[in-house]
Amino acid sequence: MTSNERVIDVTDLRRVYGDGTRGSFEAVRGVSFSVGRGELFALLGTNGAGKTSTVELLEGLAAPAGGRVRVFGHDPYTERDQVRPRIGVMLQEGGFPSELAVAETARMWAGCTSGARPVGEALEMVGLGHRAKVRVKQLSGGEKRRLDLALALLGRPEVLFLDEPTTGLDAQGRQETWELVRRLRADGTTVLLTTHYLEEAESLADRLAILHEGRIAAEGRVDEVVAAQPSHISFELPDGYFVGDLPPLDRLGVSGHEVTGRTVRLRTDELQRAATGLLVWARDTGVELRRLDVRGASLEEAFLRIARDAQGTADEREKAMAV
Amino acid sequence: MSTATTTIRSTTTSAGRLRALGRAELTLIGRSKGVLFTALFVPLVLPFSIRASTEQVDLDGTGLSIGSMVLASSIGFSLLFAVYSALVSVYASRREELVLKRLRTGELRDGEILAGAALPSVALGLLQCVVLAVACAVALDAGAPDAPQLVVLGVLLGTVLCVALAALTTVWSRSVESAQVAAMPLLLVTMLGSGAFVPLEVMPDRLAAVCELLPLSPTITLVRGGWAGTLSLGDATQALVTAVAWIVVAVFAVRRWFRWEPRH
Repeated sequence: MTSNERVIDVTDLRRVYGDGTRGSFEAVRGVSFSVGRGELFALLGTNGAGKTSTVELLEGLAAPAGGRVRVFGHDPYTERDQVRPRIGVMLQEGGFPSELAVAETARMWAGCTSGARPVGEALEMVGLGHRAKVRVKQLSGGEKRRLDLALALLGRPEVLFLDEPTTGLDAQGRQETWELVRRLRADGTTVLLTTHYLEEAESLADRLAILHEGRIAAEGRVDEVVAAQPSHISFELPDGYFVGDLPPLDRLGVSGHEVTGRTVRLRTDELQRAATGLLVWARDTGVELRRLDVRGASLEEAFLRIARDAQGTADEREKAMAV
Repeated sequence: MSTATTTIRSTTTSAGRLRALGRAELTLIGRSKGVLFTALFVPLVLPFSIRASTEQVDLDGTGLSIGSMVLASSIGFSLLFAVYSALVSVYASRREELVLKRLRTGELRDGEILAGAALPSVALGLLQCVVLAVACAVALDAGAPDAPQLVVLGVLLGTVLCVALAALTTVWSRSVESAQVAAMPLLLVTMLGSGAFVPLEVMPDRLAAVCELLPLSPTITLVRGGWAGTLSLGDATQALVTAVAWIVVAVFAVRRWFRWEPRH
């Protein structure tokens, strides 16, 4: 087995809710990506972007409306028996009988899981060892998430699907989960995780894809996704100065600009060159650029920009529908 | 690029998975007072209430005895309340709590999930049938069954049908409460029309012909007739065919329409 072996391979995936006529909704609209063995891949997106809809297809919970999914080279829906013993799944929402105790739940799951760890060990891994006899209904939201994680880990899976694993956890719980995920990844587990927390994707993922409206808007290593985004410089021009007084913008490496009142916002892919040119001009001209803000591209920037674009298209669509 | 197509390493068996799920469900039944009451109290008490009404039915010429009638009714009630009604609650609440969806992410097959969840209720129902049969044989002089194989077949087919119909009933409900409402029609129709209160033998012919086709009529007919020895080969065959036909249709419908997740 080579390290570039693709354990998850997704091509032009589509998922439609409803019967395909009026009122049906296409939640996944042609998604393609692959995940190599031992890699941690994050699907990042706002609520309703299609993350869970996509992951459920990879888990084999439903058949896609179009496209292809392969996990270990098998179709997870039709060849369930080949795939399930090797994966661990953490759903977005629990799914445990509320009257069952933590250990009883785990024991039941262990009986249905190939090569299951001892129940106590799995509960210890997520810090629930001391809660073994407590009924599920008495657990906090964060503890339920950790029970879900414990069940996903029971079978020592080769591939772990984590759907928003830290939603509802406090800061400490989140750190502990991240630490656990890093340890699993270090042991060679392939992880596919969805999240709407930027810092989660940024700190854990080898690669990520940003989903919006059922499509991948950006994909790659975190630095690649960030590098694809422009940087920004904004400042206020002193009275009596106009954009035309600045050095020619294209010579500064500026690819676009907006002016709102006295505030100028420059967009550039060459931040250092543009900033240097601007500051040299200001020094030579003897002006002070107030509220100067020089901002490199960030994942947050990329994410917000995609969300903004999505909002823009949604607004346009609403307008079109109103007409 | 290379893709791995290594062989599976599943080490769980169907029996093992069913056992694990059944054990959890048994624990849950023990903790659910409502389900426990319906499953235990109703089927064991109802038979004594029908005995009084049974005594007023004119059984002359039907070849039936009070003992075999009460027995068949009791077994019908066991299947209806301990198996059917209890499982409607179980399936609906497991679905609404997303338990079914969660189970489907694991190695359990769809049929195993439904079967495993049904195991304790089925065991309880069958145990009741045995207790009631012994009680009726001894206390009501029903005697030993004339054709025990028909009695056993009737009970088993009825049990399988009740499980499938329970799963199907949850299709028309959004909550545990509405599932209980959705279960009412079958409960009423069976109690009135399948011979649990009034034997089909004393009904007008045309009505009896329709009632014979109700889901649990074959079970009651087979148990009563099998015990009393009044069933002709033709009647027994017709009951068996009807029962199997209902099972085939119900299982098909469950495979086609069963909802594993709450409605969005």
